Formats: sequence, structure tokens, C-alpha cells
Amino acid sequence: MKAGLHTPRLHAPRLRTPLLFVGMAVLLIAVGVGQSWVVSLSILNLCLISAIMALGLNMQWGYAGLLNVGVMGFAALGGLAGVLISQSPVTEAWSAGGAGLGIALAVVVAAALLIVLLRRLVRRKALRTAGTAIIVVAGFFVARIFFDPAVDEIERIDSSTTGYLGGAGLPIILSWAVGGLLAAGAAWLIGKVALGLRSDYFAIATLGIAEIVITVIKNEDWLGRGVKNVTGLDRPVPYEIELQQSPWFLDLVHWLGADPITGSSIFVKLCYAVLFVLVLIAIVWLAERALNSPWGRMMRAIRDNEDAAAAMGKDVTRRHMQIFVLGAAVMGIAGAMLTTLDGQFTPGSYQPLRFTFLVWVMVIVGGSGNNWGAVFGGFLVWFVWVEAEPAGFWLMDAITAGLPEDNPLRAHLLDSAAYMRLIVMGLILLVVMRFSPRGIIPERRGR
Amino acid sequence: MTDVANAIVLLLNFVIVPGVAYGSQLALGALGVTLIFGILRFANFAHGDVMAFGTMVVLLTTWWFQGMGVGIAPLPTALIALPFGIVGAAAFNLAADRVVFRFYRRRKSPPVILLIASVGVMFALQGIVRFIIGPDDRRLADGARFIIKASEFKAATGLKEGLAIKLSQGLTLGVAAIAVAALFWFLHRTRAGKAMRAYSDNEDLALLSGVSPDRVVFYAWLIAGTLAAVAGTMYGIDKSYKPFTYFQLLLPIFASAILGGIGHPIGAVAGGFIVALSETAVTYAYKKFLRYLVPESWEPSGLMQLLSTDYKLAISFVILVVVLLVRPTGIFRGRVLS
Repeated sequence: MKAGLHTPRLHAPRLRTPLLFVGMAVLLIAVGVGQSWVVSLSILNLCLISAIMALGLNMQWGYAGLLNVGVMGFAALGGLAGVLISQSPVTEAWSAGGAGLGIALAVVVAAALLIVLLRRLVRRKALRTAGTAIIVVAGFFVARIFFDPAVDEIERIDSSTTGYLGGAGLPIILSWAVGGLLAAGAAWLIGKVALGLRSDYFAIATLGIAEIVITVIKNEDWLGRGVKNVTGLDRPVPYEIELQQSPWFLDLVHWLGADPITGSSIFVKLCYAVLFVLVLIAIVWLAERALNSPWGRMMRAIRDNEDAAAAMGKDVTRRHMQIFVLGAAVMGIAGAMLTTLDGQFTPGSYQPLRFTFLVWVMVIVGGSGNNWGAVFGGFLVWFVWVEAEPAGFWLMDAITAGLPEDNPLRAHLLDSAAYMRLIVMGLILLVVMRFSPRGIIPERRGR
Repeated sequence: MTDVANAIVLLLNFVIVPGVAYGSQLALGALGVTLIFGILRFANFAHGDVMAFGTMVVLLTTWWFQGMGVGIAPLPTALIALPFGIVGAAAFNLAADRVVFRFYRRRKSPPVILLIASVGVMFALQGIVRFIIGPDDRRLADGARFIIKASEFKAATGLKEGLAIKLSQGLTLGVAAIAVAALFWFLHRTRAGKAMRAYSDNEDLALLSGVSPDRVVFYAWLIAGTLAAVAGTMYGIDKSYKPFTYFQLLLPIFASAILGGIGHPIGAVAGGFIVALSETAVTYAYKKFLRYLVPESWEPSGLMQLLSTDYKLAISFVILVVVLLVRPTGIFRGRVLS
């Protein structure tokens, strides 16, 4: 994880960053004028969430050089928090299966404690390994004795509408914080296991763990209904239908000379955008403070030369753990925000390409190690990801314009235009890596 | 006695036979990953999609052959289309090396950069494959279905349980055996293969002895592409062809390569079989199996399934994580080709 993308050079021109963001704003306005403001604002909202996700990955990769290919898992845990916080609790399910689940959980915790104790007390390596294996296997079967019937009970209750434990019945905006905590907790556990592995092994391990997280969320219906999805989540902003019936809003729309239905949709999206911008500003502010502090310098020193940093007395493993947990928390926040925006939690929609590799493209293209770079990467890459589809369609239409309507080649090309976004994304990543390896807004050095 | 035989046949039919076929497919995939790792020292995230690309070429050629009425019944037509897929996948790998990877190799960039570049290749390749053939699930197999049918087996042995071996399963094992034998012959008996092993073992020493790095890298991409096309086609014949599934295969393939010791060809083969067999074994419901072996009063009430089949993919990773913790070098002490 040394050198390479992080080779330092001079400052970027001072005006470059603001100009890039102005350009981004122009693009979004162009979509608003050319396509529609609803589309433009939906893109903006997802740009904001993408920027936060990219900030999280930038902490791990950009500050510390941790090759985390498990962004998807943390985002999904954040999303799960949206369900666990905002849905009302299913009391019948709790009374039917709560006790069984509690005992199963107690068994797991007891087994974990036993393992820790065993590893503290026993010195012989062979004994330790054998003991751990025995406790893991025994714990698994004992927990299953209580777990299986409890889960059956829970999933039987109104399986078409609930069939799960429900949530805490609190406002969904709280889930943004809880999602961050949930992801941070998971990161701590994963870090205990995987940090310290070589970088490429770490990458593969996190890729796999994220896949496991998704598999668990998909299949443990008692937790978040699995692939049956949870829809109609609580909202932190008003509903369009309420707006269309409230006099003050109708007056406002009338004064602006707009249509109430489009107006309400735009208003709701703007409310989300304001909330997201507030979160983004807070995270960027904290991240910039951290990066420019002695702590930030220490992280970069560890990233650039682990051995030298260790020789200076820095505890490399602990610092890696710290940044891994922090970055994961930011990804969890972004994941919870995404679930809030969607108003539903659909585990089937979590795919590594969209939630892990796309975020990687954002960070690398934007400029790893630079917070503004990550934010810009989040905006630009999401914009391209969304707009590549209509652009690809338009391009194919133009290329095949000479062919008759029912020509099979024309039909095939138009059908496949949607996949242009994958090709475009790959090309952007490769071109930036080749010709501007430190990204569009490179890391600032020499402080 | 027949109860024991029935139990064994049951296990063979539902765990061992499918596990071995899947294991050979994983082994072929893992060999490609391990070879690139041994020579170029990075984990190639595009390998699953190279498999999808090679198989796509095979599928298109198969359709062409079928359209012309060319076939080798009872064997699947895809088998004679396979050389085209191999050429396609190898050509893609070589082109990707020329356009993308060579630049970083010459600059001696750290392996992480090549890994991230392979993510870029992966994106573009996923787009290309879907652009050409679309994301749908397609059948690659034609010709005969079974070598041994369950009903024939029951009639022949008089057992209650049947054993079915699909033609695709037998073919997979056969083709994999030939490919692995050819690879080992190449690595151990030819000049180029020996040069590759030397390069993998100690780059500087090999260069000093006059091994040409460009040739070694050329062969590595060529062989990795070949193996990818073979692995992808065998998987496609055995199950079906869907580009997204091939991307997901990357996970168990990495697990197999690391489990066996990355950079170690024998390890990759062993890893493939271990991962595949544990996936099928852990997700199999043992209720019926136990019913043959234990007295009636002990008969288990549940399905006796360790984990539901949905957790298939997760199992390879649990294995992977445990191996990384307990023995990070893998079973065969990997990192060099030997």
C-alpha cells in the first residue's frame, strides 16, 4: 500500500476546485432545463449521498491506504437501521419469539466470551485452536436449538405484511446516526479479523464479508423481512399529497405560477436536498479538520510508510482500526440516508457493482486523499452513471438513424444502450488512472 | 446393508457428484487467478468477467453452428465452439494487457494499482458483454442429458435411491483433467513454462538468467484467458449462462485460490474442490441420509441442514476468512508457482 497513487507533487491551482463545482452545478441546471427539474433534483440527492459514501471510502483508502472492497455491506447495514428505527414494533412477534431469540443471542455471546477467555488462558496453540473450534461448533448447535423455533414463530405472524420483529417506532432521521453506529460496530468486528492481512487479501476478505452481510440481510426475514422488502418507511419531510392539500403550499405554488403536483414533488426533493447538504457539510468539515490535524498527518505517514511510522512509535494496527471504523460509520450514515430517500428497504438491490465498485470509481476519479476530490467524484460519477443511459440511447439512435425502424441491429443497439454506462464508467476510471493518476482534485501536499 | 448403500448413493447423488463438477469449474477459474497472481502479483478482479466474455463467444459460435446444422451429438455443440471462446478470451486478456496493464507494469507500480485498474477493466468488460449478448439467462447445453439416469441406476442395482450423473458433469471433470494435465506439463516440461516458474519464484534471478519478462507475461495472460474460457464454458454447459453469475463466481474462485495458497497451481485445484464440496455439503439437508443410518426412533425431526442453500456463497467466504486467520499462506504455502 505504498506510494503509487499517493506520489506527492505541487498544489493544485487554487481556483480549480471551485470552478469544478461550478461546472457540476451547471450540468445539474442543464438537466433541470433540458430534461426536468424533478430529474435534476433526484440526481442531486443521490449525488449528495454518493459524495458522503465516497468521503467514507476516502478516509479508509485516501487517508490510510486501506483497500476496503466491502462498501456495500456497510451501506446495507445503514439501510437496515432505517427499518429498525422507524418501523413500529410488532408486539406479537416479540412475545412469540423474543425470548427464544434472546436466549440464542445469550448463547452466542457466552460462546464468544468463552473463546476470548480460552485464548487468554491457554498458551498451547494446538489446544487453543481445537478449543475454539469446539466452542464455535457447540455454540452454533446450541444457539440453533433456541433460534430456529423462535424464528419460525416470528415469521409466521402475518407473514404477508410483517413476519418480522419490526423496529423501534422512532423518527427515521435518528436512523442516520444509528446506521453509522451499526456500520461502525460491524467494522470493528471485521477489522478485528481482517486488518493486518496483506492489502490484496484484505480486499478479497472485505469483498466476501460484504457479500455475507447482504446474504444475512436477505435471508433472515425476522430481522428486516429479507427479500420481502420493507416499504412505506417513515419520512422526515412532508408527503406530496399533504402538500397538495395545504393552503399555504397552494398559495406558494400559485404565486410562483407552477403546477401543484410537480411543485410538491420538487418541494419534497428540495427538503431532502437541504437535509443531505447539512449532513454533507458537517462530515466534510469534520473530515477536513481531521485531515489537517496532527492526526491526519500521522495517518498519511502510516499510509506512505508503515515501517517508518511504526519506528516512530505509532501503533499502526490501532490507527488502521480507528480509520476503518470511522470510514465505515460514514458509509453507514450514507446507507441510512439512501433508505430514507427511497422510502423502502430492498436487500435485493444491493449489488457490489453499484455500491462498492462505483464508490471506488468516485474516489479514484475524484482524487484519493482529498475530501473535496471525493465529494466531486461522488457528484460527477453519479451524474455520469445516471445520464450515460439517455446519452447512450441518443448516441445509438443517431448512429443507426439511417437504418429502418424494424432493423434487428438497430433494435438490438437501442436495447443495449443502457449498458453503455458500464463501459463509460470503466473507461473513465482507466483514463483518469492513466493520465491523471492522483484524480481530478489531487491530494494537497507540503503542509 | 442396503440401507448403508442407499445412504451412500444418496450422498453421492446430491453432494459428491455436483460438488466435484462445481469443484472442477472453480479449480479451472482459480488456476487462472493464481497464475496471474504468481506472475503479475495482483488479484485480477476482471477474471470472472473474462470467463463471461469467453463463454459469450462460445455461445455465439454455438448458435452459428446450430444454425448451420453442425453438431457432435450426443455431445454438446458448445464443445466444438470452445476453441473460438479460448481465442476470444485470450485475445481479450492480451489486449487488456497491452492497453491497460503494461503501462503500470513498466512503471513498476505497486500491485494495488494493477488491482484497481483491473476493476476498471471489469466495469468495461461487463458493459461489453451485456452490450453484445444482454444480461439474460441462456442455455448452453444441447445433446444428451445423462450418462447414468437415476431410473436406470435403480433398475441395475435394486436400490431405492437413484444415482444420476449428467453428461455435463462427466464432461466438466474430463475437460478439467485434460486442462490441468496440459497446464502442468507446460509448466514443468517446456522451456516457456520453466521460465514462468522461475520468474514467479524470483523475478530478479530469472531476469538475470535471461528470461524475457514480456514473454512470461504474454504466456500468463494467454493461459489465464484459455482457462477462463474453459471454466466459463463448462460452468455454462453444466448450469446456464448468465453474465452476472460469472461475476459472482469471482468470490468462490478467489476463495479457492487463497485457500490452496495463492500462486500455487496444485493449491488452486485442491482449493476449488474443497470450496465446492463444502458448499454442497454444508447446505445439504441430511434428514433422509440419517433416516437410512439410524434406528427409526432416533429419526430427526428437522431437515438436519447446517445452513440454508441461500448461504452457499457465504460459506466459501467463511472458509476463506478462517484460512486467512489460521494459515494465511494457504494449504500449500503459496505465492510462488512451483
